[in-house]
Amino acid sequence: MTLPKSATISEPVLTPESEEEAAALVAACAAASRPLAIRGGGTKAAVGRPVNAEATLSTRGLTGITLYEPAELVIAARAGTPLAEVERTLAERGQMLPFEPADARVLLGSEGEATVGGLAATNLSGPRRIMAGACRDAMIGVRFVNGRGEVVKSGGRVMKNVTGLDLVKLAAGAWGTLGLLTEVTFKVQPKAERSATLVIEGLDDVRGVEALNAALCSPFEITGAAHLPAGLGGERALTLLRIEGFSPSADYRVGELRHLLAPYGPAERIVDAGEARRLWQDVRDVRFLAEPQAHAVWRISTVPTAGPRVAAAIAAHADARFFYDWGGGLVWLAVPAEGDCCAEAIRKALAPHGGHTTLWRAPADIRAALQPFQPLAAPLMRLSEGIKRAVDPAGIFEPGRMYAGI
Amino acid sequence: MTTIAFPEPDSAVLGRREAIIAGLARLLPADAVITSEDERRAFETDALTAYRRMPLAVVLPSTTEEVAAVLRFCHAEGVRVVPRGAGTSLSGGAIPQEDAVVLGVAKMNRVLDIDFVNRTARVQAGITNLAISQAVAHEGFFYAPDPSSQLACTIAGNIAMNSGGAHCLKYGVTTNNLLGVTMVLLDGTVVEIGGAHLDAPGYDLLGLVCGSEGQLGVITEATVRILRQAEGARPALMGFDSVETAGACVAAIIGAGIIPVALEFMDRPAIKVCEAFAHAGYPLDVEALLIVEVEGSEAEIEDALKRIVAIAERFSPKALRVSRSEAESAAIWKGRKSAFGAMGRIADYLCMDGTIPTGQLPYVLKRISEICNGYGLGVANIFHAGDGNLHPLVLYDINKPGELEKAEAAGADILKLCVEVGGCLTGEHGVGIEKRDLMRHQYSDIDLAQQMRIRGVFDPAWLLNPAKVFPLDGRVVQ
Repeated sequence: MTLPKSATISEPVLTPESEEEAAALVAACAAASRPLAIRGGGTKAAVGRPVNAEATLSTRGLTGITLYEPAELVIAARAGTPLAEVERTLAERGQMLPFEPADARVLLGSEGEATVGGLAATNLSGPRRIMAGACRDAMIGVRFVNGRGEVVKSGGRVMKNVTGLDLVKLAAGAWGTLGLLTEVTFKVQPKAERSATLVIEGLDDVRGVEALNAALCSPFEITGAAHLPAGLGGERALTLLRIEGFSPSADYRVGELRHLLAPYGPAERIVDAGEARRLWQDVRDVRFLAEPQAHAVWRISTVPTAGPRVAAAIAAHADARFFYDWGGGLVWLAVPAEGDCCAEAIRKALAPHGGHTTLWRAPADIRAALQPFQPLAAPLMRLSEGIKRAVDPAGIFEPGRMYAGI
Repeated sequence: MTTIAFPEPDSAVLGRREAIIAGLARLLPADAVITSEDERRAFETDALTAYRRMPLAVVLPSTTEEVAAVLRFCHAEGVRVVPRGAGTSLSGGAIPQEDAVVLGVAKMNRVLDIDFVNRTARVQAGITNLAISQAVAHEGFFYAPDPSSQLACTIAGNIAMNSGGAHCLKYGVTTNNLLGVTMVLLDGTVVEIGGAHLDAPGYDLLGLVCGSEGQLGVITEATVRILRQAEGARPALMGFDSVETAGACVAAIIGAGIIPVALEFMDRPAIKVCEAFAHAGYPLDVEALLIVEVEGSEAEIEDALKRIVAIAERFSPKALRVSRSEAESAAIWKGRKSAFGAMGRIADYLCMDGTIPTGQLPYVLKRISEICNGYGLGVANIFHAGDGNLHPLVLYDINKPGELEKAEAAGADILKLCVEVGGCLTGEHGVGIEKRDLMRHQYSDIDLAQQMRIRGVFDPAWLLNPAKVFPLDGRVVQ
């Protein structure tokens, strides 16, 4: 492969116009041991360990939806395609990405336009994750440039595919450390005809999460289950449940759920669809913890019923604000950006229940000093290092973004 | 005479057989090491019965520690290991080789913990798929992936093959329902991947392990999601006079925003055989039959079926029947579920497992028919129409010399066709030995080399299930 005349790898920002050009640039950077930051829209650039890269590889030149078959529930787009374009295209045919991706700019105070590649690389999933699966579950195919400058494909455009090792899953949530994604294919879903939200007011965290899980254990296919302690969504605590489906079905399920949840107090249906949509958007985007921007924010995943106990343990020795999504299994928690930002306390509180935590927002010096991603057990770290070497032998992609050494 | 090659057995390992067996016997209770030829014979093949190889020995450990001891020993001795669940693989994923020890996990078959509130179950890996659902049924829960072999197949095998089933359009496949595993690496290291929470930290090793066909490690325990059962379910049956019309009807149902829990397709030969066996009341004068099932309360089912029937009527179905009773639903499903068994009564067959973009169905079925005609063979097609997973049954007669080879050749042509139209070689059965030599039709050498380099991180010496998945030539060895 030859390098295009328009670009040399000594430029600070490399913007390939094609997959082939991207591969050539990566090969040249690998040969020169030139580390690269990968940049889509940059909306999540401030997550993880700061990367010392000599150049930035931008996906700005790799755009466009390459396939959309509504009847087959599949869409594919080049990595630099704005997420908004994909969501708009799907909405025109009454469809959506199943996992309800967040607008990360709200919490991170960032600007720019989120891209398909950035979404896939960060495996970011919103409230519907409990019912519809994570971003990684909707990803059915990828094309990427590995550290040798080779174009690799895995998966494809069909939703059932067990041919060979599933590198799609590896690419999801690797934060760019395993290569430059050039194209991602997603399984999509029809948008529901009706969305209904029930709210119970005034429950404490333990009771609120209990109510969420009572609903999640019902046959009514809850697609959103969040608890906002007092002072976040309103003066009183709000326990929120969402049901989506055809209108008669949603109405029936609302009625059944009200009955089921009676022991927790009256469950009122939010009448204003706009208000309900805004509430779930705020849960999805973590808007409740957006301010003050100076505070550190953790994203904690644990067993749902353990959520309140983990949060209470942190609140016992720090000024913490938090709320629960995923029926209590996802805790978003803000603390002052001081010392270790409660890292040790959170990991200790998590230990008896299992789970993991990511420092989602903090100043760069703190992210450099702490481990923003959950430290891995030694054998898993060894495997991760091996995988990194197997994909990116020169270690040029986002070095150290997730963990030192990979 | 069959066409798939096995590697030459390592004569040095064969020569050390007695010492290897003695070494294994020191690690395990006497009844966990199987050496006699009679007893080993039960392990010489799986559901791809045309192929069989007698393993060096078989071990049936009862604990993660015993699995670790066996793997550590085999690693140190350079002995190949073929992990085995229940041996139901249709792609030969569990077929041994002469110089390998079969490591069966079937003795580890207990439920360890059920957490209904958090909707998870922790099980030993040798438990059968159906036993998980049975263990949680009294509280109204179930484990979603439901391969046809669910009575016999193990969760270990399901994880190795990333198994699916008839209901994955709504519920996903194994990888979407798996939260954590305990896995033993080849050197005996025990690792915990994931847990009872959602989404593991770091690289998605769980996603990598799922579907890796026993080549990265041996799973001994798993945590899976369990789901609350729907209040009820009911199918509708519709027959069309062309494959195109049936395909268009499927597209219209999905286009209307309806995701049925199952959407099954049968062509005329499949309908005929299933009806003769199950007496399900299938129409015999149609070219294509759809079974569409929806879930929910009675009122929800009525509403959804009304919508589906209204769509189907736009396509002038030759037959259209909504099930009105439990017995009728059971009969409709009995026909579909007995398809493979019913076909087995009239002919030998190879069950293929490609996936295609669903819009390509009419073209693909036409080509499949031409391909099989070209070899002088019959074919019947069963299709998970919602997700594109196609099961052509290539019919042959084992007693006619050369017919199996012809059927294999036809099967290979069909799978290449699936790839050509944008699909893949296997939707839920796995590559095993069956599709190993077709991998270059789906993947470039670069794609395969990348997969093999990652495989090499876990097993650099290619000791774990080595004859499978990747073509025997051109292997990347570190």
